[in-house]
Amino acid sequence: MTALAPTTPPLLSVRDLSVSYGPIEAVSGISLDVPEGHIATVIGPNGAGKTTLLSALMGILPSRGAITVDGVETSSPTIARMIAAGIALVPEQRALFATMTVEDNLVLGGFRRHRDPHYDADETLRDVYGRFPRLWERHRQLAGTLSGGERQMLALGRALMGKPRLLMLDEPSLGLAPLVVRDVFQIIAELKRTGVSILLVEQNARAALKVADHAYVLELGRVAMEGPAAELADDPRIVAAYLGKTSRHQEMLTA
Amino acid sequence: MSPLALPHRARTFLRAPARWSVVAAIPIVALLPLVLTDYQVTLADNIGIAALVTLGLVLLTGVGGMTSFGQAAFVGIGAYSAAVMATFQPADLPFGLSFFAGSPIAGLVLGLVITLSVAGILGAITLRLSGHYLPLGTIAWGLSLYYLFGTIEAFGGHTGISGIPALSLFGITLDRGEELFRLIWGVVIVAVIVTLNLLDSRPGRAIRALRGGQIMAESMGVDTFRAKMTAFLTAAVFASIAGWLYAHTQRFVAPAPFSLQAGIDYMFMALIGGVGQVWGAVVGAATVVMLKEWLQDLLPHLLGRVGNFEQIVFGLLIVVVMREMSSGLTGRLVEAVRARLPRVSIAPAGADLAAVEPLPRCPMPPRGTTILEARGVTRRFGGLVANDDLSFSVAAGEILAVIGPNGAGKSTLFNQLSCVDAPTSGEIVFRDRRIDGLPSREVAKDGLARTFQHVKLLPTMSALENVALGAHLRGSDGIAAAMLRLDRAEEASLLAEAERQLTRVGLGEYAAAEAGSLALGQQRILEIARALASDPCLLLLDEPAAGLRFREKEALAELLGRLRAEGMAIVLVEHDMDFVMELADRVLVVDFGRQIAEGLPAEIQSNPAVLEAYLGGVE
Amino acid sequence: MNMQIVMLLGQDGVTNGAVYALLALSIMLVFSVTRILLIPQGEFVAFAALTMAAMQSGRAVQLGWLVFALAVVATLMDAAKVWRSKGREPWPHGTLGLLAVAALALVLTKVLPLDRIGMFAQALLTIALVVPLGPLLYRVFFQAIAAAHSLVLLIVSIAVHVALVGTGLLMFGPEGGKTEPFSDAFFEIGPAMIASQTLWVIAATLALMGGLWVFFGKTLYGRALQATAVNRLGAELVGISPDLAGRASFTLAAAIGVLSGILIAPITTIYYDSGFIISLKGFVGAIIGGLTSFPVAALGALFIGQAEAFSTFWASSYKEVIVFTLLLPVLVWRSLAHTRVEDEE
Repeated sequence: MTALAPTTPPLLSVRDLSVSYGPIEAVSGISLDVPEGHIATVIGPNGAGKTTLLSALMGILPSRGAITVDGVETSSPTIARMIAAGIALVPEQRALFATMTVEDNLVLGGFRRHRDPHYDADETLRDVYGRFPRLWERHRQLAGTLSGGERQMLALGRALMGKPRLLMLDEPSLGLAPLVVRDVFQIIAELKRTGVSILLVEQNARAALKVADHAYVLELGRVAMEGPAAELADDPRIVAAYLGKTSRHQEMLTA
Repeated sequence: MSPLALPHRARTFLRAPARWSVVAAIPIVALLPLVLTDYQVTLADNIGIAALVTLGLVLLTGVGGMTSFGQAAFVGIGAYSAAVMATFQPADLPFGLSFFAGSPIAGLVLGLVITLSVAGILGAITLRLSGHYLPLGTIAWGLSLYYLFGTIEAFGGHTGISGIPALSLFGITLDRGEELFRLIWGVVIVAVIVTLNLLDSRPGRAIRALRGGQIMAESMGVDTFRAKMTAFLTAAVFASIAGWLYAHTQRFVAPAPFSLQAGIDYMFMALIGGVGQVWGAVVGAATVVMLKEWLQDLLPHLLGRVGNFEQIVFGLLIVVVMREMSSGLTGRLVEAVRARLPRVSIAPAGADLAAVEPLPRCPMPPRGTTILEARGVTRRFGGLVANDDLSFSVAAGEILAVIGPNGAGKSTLFNQLSCVDAPTSGEIVFRDRRIDGLPSREVAKDGLARTFQHVKLLPTMSALENVALGAHLRGSDGIAAAMLRLDRAEEASLLAEAERQLTRVGLGEYAAAEAGSLALGQQRILEIARALASDPCLLLLDEPAAGLRFREKEALAELLGRLRAEGMAIVLVEHDMDFVMELADRVLVVDFGRQIAEGLPAEIQSNPAVLEAYLGGVE
Repeated sequence: MNMQIVMLLGQDGVTNGAVYALLALSIMLVFSVTRILLIPQGEFVAFAALTMAAMQSGRAVQLGWLVFALAVVATLMDAAKVWRSKGREPWPHGTLGLLAVAALALVLTKVLPLDRIGMFAQALLTIALVVPLGPLLYRVFFQAIAAAHSLVLLIVSIAVHVALVGTGLLMFGPEGGKTEPFSDAFFEIGPAMIASQTLWVIAATLALMGGLWVFFGKTLYGRALQATAVNRLGAELVGISPDLAGRASFTLAAAIGVLSGILIAPITTIYYDSGFIISLKGFVGAIIGGLTSFPVAALGALFIGQAEAFSTFWASSYKEVIVFTLLLPVLVWRSLAHTRVEDEE
């Protein structure tokens, strides 16, 4: 377990964030931190509000509460603002450009930096191909023809092309075969080593807890539990959060 | 009104202001010509004719969500038919029509017949298509007809047909401005009444349901194509009658007033008046006609030149209207008035229910008989297998819960079971009949009802009417009966049934509330009431407990338990595991589109494959 | 009907069809990027043609006033937006540049001896006048409602068209305009005389299509536009703002419109309200292409051009009726191909 040094200022800090759909609050008063170079994970059952949380953080949905990036506080930001702050989101549905080639998808990933004189698109592209050799093999293929795992890699690669400081991943293992899931989590661990901070939203709790430093468990739009990932990994309450508490098997599981 | 319908009268208070406004309009129309100048009467005649066309657009666009820029062409058909029948010599008319030469009624009928044929053909080919094809089709069609009027030699080309005699009906000659005024506005009032009647009826609800999503409407058994056609033809008929009135008011027709530009003007009238309001048609027509008169005087002075410069103002006005007020002038007024009125709620209608003929019910299949069976259901989207060889069955009086992680294919399965989507391979059998590939309204007839993950209600309709939509297939009265108010006995039964279901799910006190004003959890329950109103024997519930508070969940569980006891079969997708595990008889677990486990709730909770699907591999 | 007439009509059909194909392309481009059916597409064509005609006949060119006025409104809207956000939103770049171009073009139309600067300079000035109209229309009328229901977008599109036609009457008057052909030469190929204007139209169309192909296939901005059309959310997440994509697609639409106008002005007399009929034939092409397939739409537009040319010969007064009625079989075919009930977005 990586202990959080109290001196590390959080790259992303969220205080009391709430998101409503009409009269219903889907996310209520969530606070969380992602320190520089760390992986924070948000786990929880379906419908807990995980995707809503990420959408609000990316500026796709309006929200209430404070979002602080690198010491600069905003509320209900726009997408453009979050992108400018160096945040990238890989959404649950991946949102690839299906009828364009893998390479075009990647090149467009660097669009947000195309006016930046320090940005070298070719070098970044080589870097991404180095990280995902599979994408190089398929670089002329249309994104829509890729397999599920390759699509996830392309979505990750496209996000990395913009050289983000914080990568927000929404269920990267969704719909992937178990072997591919292992690959994806390996990639996430490697990304951390290269200094990218990650906010990982996952339903695959065990894999997420294994790779993350700190974890938040979401239930019905609220943080029900939080703590160092390694400690939460063995907590029987997590099983209950996912599969229900009322069964007599609950005692069996806790025992 | 028959005594049977009495209790219903109390319940239609929502419509009451509109009805009273009709009653108030009658003396106004009778007396107004006495105080207006000749010029004002002529202007009012034009407004009335335009209002009639616009009323059709309110029904089509405001209520049905379809757009037509070609209404002026239908006005043209009505006007030219009237002109031809009134002025042509019998020898010049086609065989069969010559006998009726000179008869204004024949002109009206001819116009309506041609309009209905043209609109029928146009509707048949564009109404099935999504979104943009209908407006584009009407633009092209409106242009073609306009050019046609201008090129047919017998119609006098661009000079048109003049010398139409004064209108003479049943021996009474209407040639003075005020007589025509009363005729025109009498027709407008009748059209408003007919429209209000239609909207407040079973086929009217089907038209209003079009805006709530066609998948929902079809799942309630509504033939959406037919509902669209009804609105389209009604609007065309109003336009055609307006054309007939126009020809006999002006005593002269030429192509110009039936151009595409005129069609666009009618749409502007509807938009300015507020497309959702029946009286908005009159407000919009009056605003545009009078503003146009004024601008046509003013602008040439200002600009020192002659031309249709008022179009600049109208164009910009519509841009502002679309941006600032989504429901138009009257819409805003209605909102403002409504905000000041106390919300009325309907008294519990226990006594009423007895007075109304209850709807017949289908007998439930005996408990324990299999009523739904899926055999090897597979659904592919391109290379992706969303459902892979799913087989299971549900018996009457049983609750089956389908659970699984996000993206496991539960919604895809639900769509196939309710025939919104069809499997790539495999069979679905419902009550001994193979249903895969059938339209969803067909299986609705057999007693399958569903709710939606993303609530699909008509937010501005009352809760009661939303539920009554569910009973759509339990009534049979058609459009004509609805327009003429001959459907009241059946309508009373439908509404009584809707109220019974609302009370049953615990929303009885909200019957009059707009569905959109309810909390999300209540809206989900409202969807269940709507499904129950169809008298189903199988209920498919997509995340019924999402967004519900603890007490509401308890109440829902209790309701579903009661339905099960009555012998209903229920399949539900739900994420709240406490809810599922307490309620379900059996649980089916789906992951990656495959069924990975099936069994009693307790077995499922300790099944290692399920634990792995939900929490990930342990390695 | 002899071979010579067939060749002559065919030629007419090809030139008109080529212009319709360009417009169809532009309409589909704007639709796929912004969901807006650009009804005012025809106004770019008519305004360009009439501006050229006004220059050549020595009449005053008034279009600059409209463009400048729109640029001022757009700048004020930007300023209001920045002011309302209390300085949190950066000043959007683009509008100020358009204001500068509009001001310059306006001044040039007022100081230059327009009838004596030569056709090429006239064309350049026309382009400088009409192209800014595209992004300005987007900024002023559509940007704020870009996320609205597509029916709202269509109605606003029609309203803008109506207002522009009225403004066109104000600026150009009710008289039609026709310009000098680019060159008077005729070429004799077999039994047919080929007007050099026809060749100009074909060459310019091909060059423009080639240019668009390069733009979309090879440049970052072209790919960014394509990406917006393919996946709006994905495009926004990589930093392609919907505002940028909207302005860019409207700029292209105006550019295609102005070139079509310059090409067609020597062939047909254009009136202030002719644009709509011309662009509607582009729409028919686009509908044939199902609003998605460029090549099918281009072929459809060529077919419309031919149908129009030959119906002029056989039944000239029914020309427009025939052309627009051709839409019906296309819609029948689309309707038959379409079976399942769908929900609108």
